[in-house]
Amino acid sequence: MSKKYLFDNPRNVKILLILLFGGCLALVIINFFVHKHAHFSWEEWSGFYAAYGFVACVGLVLAAKFILRKIVKRSEDYYD
Amino acid sequence: MINVIPPALIFIIGAFFVPLFRGKVKSVYLLLLPVVSFINLIYISNGAHGVINFLDYQIIFCRIDRLSLVWGYIFHIIAFLTILYGINMKRDNEFMAGLFYAGCAIGAVFAGDLISLFCFWEMMTIGSVLLIWARKTKKSIDAGFRYALVHFFGGVILLVGIILYSHENGSIEFGYIGLNGLGSYFIFFGFGVNCAWPFIHSWLTDAYPESTIMGTVFLSAFTTKTAVYVLARSFPGTEALIWIGTLMTAFPIFFAVIENDLRRVLSYSLINQVGFMVVGIGIGTELSINGTAAHAFAHILYKSLLFMSMGAVIYRTGKINATDLGGLYRTMPLTCIFCIVGAASISAFPLFSGFVSKSMVMTAAADKHLILTWFTLVFASAGVFHHSGIKIPFFAFFGHDSGIRTKEAPLNMLIAMGIAAALCIFIGTFPGTLYSILPFPVDYVPYTMPHVMSQLQLLMFSALAFSLLYLSAIYPSEIRAINIDADWFYRKGANGFLWLLDNPLAWFGNQVKTTFFVTIPQSCIWFSRNPLVALKMAGNNIAIALFEESFTKEKIERIRKRITEELTDYPGDIIRYSHVGTTVIWTMGFLLAYLIIYIVSGRIAL
Repeated sequence: MSKKYLFDNPRNVKILLILLFGGCLALVIINFFVHKHAHFSWEEWSGFYAAYGFVACVGLVLAAKFILRKIVKRSEDYYD
Repeated sequence: MINVIPPALIFIIGAFFVPLFRGKVKSVYLLLLPVVSFINLIYISNGAHGVINFLDYQIIFCRIDRLSLVWGYIFHIIAFLTILYGINMKRDNEFMAGLFYAGCAIGAVFAGDLISLFCFWEMMTIGSVLLIWARKTKKSIDAGFRYALVHFFGGVILLVGIILYSHENGSIEFGYIGLNGLGSYFIFFGFGVNCAWPFIHSWLTDAYPESTIMGTVFLSAFTTKTAVYVLARSFPGTEALIWIGTLMTAFPIFFAVIENDLRRVLSYSLINQVGFMVVGIGIGTELSINGTAAHAFAHILYKSLLFMSMGAVIYRTGKINATDLGGLYRTMPLTCIFCIVGAASISAFPLFSGFVSKSMVMTAAADKHLILTWFTLVFASAGVFHHSGIKIPFFAFFGHDSGIRTKEAPLNMLIAMGIAAALCIFIGTFPGTLYSILPFPVDYVPYTMPHVMSQLQLLMFSALAFSLLYLSAIYPSEIRAINIDADWFYRKGANGFLWLLDNPLAWFGNQVKTTFFVTIPQSCIWFSRNPLVALKMAGNNIAIALFEESFTKEKIERIRKRITEELTDYPGDIIRYSHVGTTVIWTMGFLLAYLIIYIVSGRIAL
């Protein structure tokens, strides 16, 4: 009886991921053809935002998981 | 002389008539209130209206200018949408509290003097506490009390500031204040409590997720944004705000990543977004103040939209923890799409509202070459996409299949979310409309090729990071747990304080009480029963202590025995028998003493 939904088919998930990876790649390529007028010199480096976004997110997740969670995690009835 | 109706009055008085209506009439009445108030607002000309002279002061209920109007407009829009969103839940108490609360926020925004501002400010706290209590669970009632305590504390600080400030300046006009003089610092901090500054922010993440489905949507719109407005009005260009705002954008995203309650995740990202506005105020240029106003306007819409979509999830499933949810896109596709629109807007995707408002603040920061702030803001932009843009829709509507198959949200909720989503896209696509109502003339163009490219890169690679971390199972799995925050200090601190009261302080108090009210009075009573015998016993005791060496053993025994006997008999026979002769000698002695004193004092006087 169970109805099949959009992402129940692994092929659709794969297509989505390929779109994401492809999009990232396309952005990096287009990036070389865009004239930049930036406030800071590093903004003109190719792929600065891409690299910063990626590193920031990985750093954010790792710091939250391995440092913050260690300090602040408590059981759900901690305050009861 | 009052020549216009202040918009706040329509809401506040209107709130009290809610229970008088039934059925469809009530729905129409509720929806009409913000509409009527909005039409009324449009017809009020700029300037000060509703001026009343009270004692020696001028109270201005309705000061209309370009800055207050931005907040006035969006508060009306969001009040309408929130009521539409909750209209199927026939809860009078929530509608009354919500209308009252919204009215007070509007009153605070249009207040032209510090006294009426303070009154609306405090009434707003009452409205919001009622909204939190409307959930009627023990958790919500406790959270409401904590919320009330923090805000009344902030209110008292603000009141102290207003009194000092009006004393220093002889004026209660609410305009530019600036950090200058003791009073202004108190006012600054009082505003900061409502603005959820770091370390005094936890009332927000503590209480908002505990409110009702509609209550949280109301709450997310008004309190912090009113605080942003008053800061923009009275402290533009205050450098401290740049640093406070920068901190606000950064620290909540770490908490948001590991939080399980999805409405609490949104509460953390609310602080992060308000941080951008606070930075804009701190920079204080025309561009940055415009950015703050535009971002407040856009933020209220998409943040409410996100809270609405999560409310719809609670409405249908009764659950809000990421661990219990997942896969809801199957049966709530429209809610899912609206949530994604809100997520794209908060993440500032091109064509969505956040893109055209947040970038004004970031450009203003870059113009001023605030390097550290700029880096933090870009980091926070990536981070907010990470937890609000991806985490919220992903864990609620996609992710692991929770097996929950429910119905789509009710029609009125869908319409409210649909309008909010449409406005988000409209603002993002045609920013000119929003720019035209900003306080200062705008010559900022958000859609330039480099800007679109850099923003897309930032967001797409953040998404890439999320996908890779999730696929490699490094992404922190959701855990049934809570995370302590700054509220720990007063939640556990209060317990510690109570322990201190109950134990050392109570013991000390008890000691003081027994000593002064029991031990000393009773000793006095005991002594006064027969002072002579008491003194004699004391004398014997002292004698033993002093001359123990030189007395013989028998003598000591005898004295000890006598003391024991006297103690048992005490007070014993309190009448002393003596001869008449003794009395005569005593009388003679006193008379002689009197004579001597008389003669001697006579001599000295001469």
